[in-house]
Amino acid sequence: MTTDAKSRNTDAALRRKRRNLLLTGCTTLGALLLAAIFLMPLGYGAATALKDKDGVSDPNASLLPVSALTFAYEGEELDVYAVPMPDGEVRELALVEPGRESSVFVDPGDAAAGTIDWEGRWRTLEPVTGLAPQWGNFEEAWSTIDFLRLMGWTLMYALTTMLFTVVSSAVVAYGFARFRFPGRGILFGLLMATILLPPAVTLVPKYAVFLQMGWVGTYLPLIVPQLFANAFNVFLLRQYFMTIPRELEEAARIDGAGPIRTFLRVIIPQALPALTAVSLFHFFYAWNDFFEPLLYLAGNRDIVPIGVGLSYFSGVYNSEPHLILAASILALALPVVIFLAAQRVFVRGIVVTGVDK
Amino acid sequence: MSNFTEAVLAARRKGGRGGRPASPMQRREARWGYAFISPWIIGFILFWAVPIGASLVFSTLDFQLTDPGATTFAGGSNWERALSDPDTWTALAATFRFTVLFLPLSLVVALGLALLLNSKHLKFTGLFRLLFFMPSMIPLVAGILIWQQVLNPQTGWVNRLIGLSGVDATGSDGIRWFDNPVLVLFAFSFIGLWGIGNSMIVNLAGLQGIPTELYEAAAIDGAGWWRRLGSITLPLLSPVMFYNLVIGSVLVLQYFVVPWVLFGASGRPGGASKFLLVHFYQEAFVFGNMGYGAALAWLIFIVVAILTGLLFGTARYWVHYGTERS
Repeated sequence: MTTDAKSRNTDAALRRKRRNLLLTGCTTLGALLLAAIFLMPLGYGAATALKDKDGVSDPNASLLPVSALTFAYEGEELDVYAVPMPDGEVRELALVEPGRESSVFVDPGDAAAGTIDWEGRWRTLEPVTGLAPQWGNFEEAWSTIDFLRLMGWTLMYALTTMLFTVVSSAVVAYGFARFRFPGRGILFGLLMATILLPPAVTLVPKYAVFLQMGWVGTYLPLIVPQLFANAFNVFLLRQYFMTIPRELEEAARIDGAGPIRTFLRVIIPQALPALTAVSLFHFFYAWNDFFEPLLYLAGNRDIVPIGVGLSYFSGVYNSEPHLILAASILALALPVVIFLAAQRVFVRGIVVTGVDK
Repeated sequence: MSNFTEAVLAARRKGGRGGRPASPMQRREARWGYAFISPWIIGFILFWAVPIGASLVFSTLDFQLTDPGATTFAGGSNWERALSDPDTWTALAATFRFTVLFLPLSLVVALGLALLLNSKHLKFTGLFRLLFFMPSMIPLVAGILIWQQVLNPQTGWVNRLIGLSGVDATGSDGIRWFDNPVLVLFAFSFIGLWGIGNSMIVNLAGLQGIPTELYEAAAIDGAGWWRRLGSITLPLLSPVMFYNLVIGSVLVLQYFVVPWVLFGASGRPGGASKFLLVHFYQEAFVFGNMGYGAALAWLIFIVVAILTGLLFGTARYWVHYGTERS
């Protein structure tokens, strides 16, 4: 009886193990398929950015950047065809001298062996294609959108506002995290409510005032407001500051440090991970920012950041998708690389903002 | 629960708490507190409170950017115009249609991906999290331009893939994503789903916060996958879903960049891309009708306020805060 039960048990364990293995396989394969579908446009973008203009507009073209192979022979560029030989073999040969009923070919792999005469109509032959990525598209896109200038302005905008917003948000967050004062709850609720307020409702008067001040067409309307903290950043930093043990600050206070010194010497060094996360968030936000630069920099196309610059470019070059895609890939390269390098800090920051308990 | 929604709710609950006599030390602490938060208070007054009020004043003026000297009082005429302008109703309808399609879609997809990433049967979790999150890092305009090409009726991979199944997707009667007012909403949705990473991560963190004992107990009671999803996962995840829903609806009501980059202010196809913010931008900053623009901006403000009010008002019926500490 015992052996019977034992074998039944091992049977069940084996079945469960097999079932789990099957589930794991299916789930992982399903996820892989889903990821492939999800990221397919990126593959398309990369492949198409490397095509030549004909390859882009031909609906039946290969998915990959290919073009007709040629072979340089005695100073001429010869087209390569798939030629069926009398012995049944198909060889890839370059056409030297086309004729109506017979033509002269040469083997690109063995040009020294001399020419090959072939009986038949060369027009019926299929041209041979090969992988031919047009790296020049990137060069062309780079210079056409003046990528360095776009990058320069975008970086200037992103880094300046990053500094402003991180510093001001840290100061405000410290105030909310560590000091008790009448109305703190209401003020913090008000700060959070600005996340829900549509910025559109402030734009008309702000634009009218900035125009009077001569700021429209410059970066000032985009940069100056960042000196006054931002709700998301304050929230994230406050959450982090509240986890820093108070004993550290009390020790500093006993040593005679005032609130400002305590903030600079104790809190800031302790909060570097959170400050990094906020800086990254803001960097990506600024890199993506579209509406306000479009509005406040309108009429000054030379200084727009990359998002607005790309949209202008796509409007003008809409008949050259390969260049638009090459420019898009140039624009996404830096943020994606930074994200891949810093994804742990980044993901942690999202979690704090969304579900921190 | 999400601290963000908590803070908003707490602020509403608290109100004034009456004055206790404050000691000199408490007064000192309060002074420092106000000093530290003063940058935000100044910014709030300068860039939120005053402009919102001024917008309301502007909405009663006939103010042209090109000729500010000729400003006259217009009474309610901008508001009358806002409500009788067929473009406003087109914009409200377009925004509403897309909200109804995209908001549930994005919530379900973000939840589905988070469940997948949280599954104990998935290998290489870190890699998959990275892959599903990565498109969110692609600058929006670059993403839009890539999708514009991949959905090209003749040469885009999407139609060519559909074509493999025998449907004539690439022909002249094929699937024209950007010429059909319904299909274009799906094109917008695809682009939107590329930015789903944040809500996916927030959901995932919420899922990881659910105590595993609950699932073990349910498994002993013989509850299947769907039952566990309905009775444990969704109720415990509802605060996180609520956060995603609130942020998502505020964002989708202010949808602008995608329709603007693809169609400008044209509203093609058939008004489907004339969202509220597109209409507002065109009237205020392309045509320079600032007074009318301010009325439209306030209309957007009212729509957002009504929707978020409804969401916060109904929250207590379906958002479970029970097991969370506050």
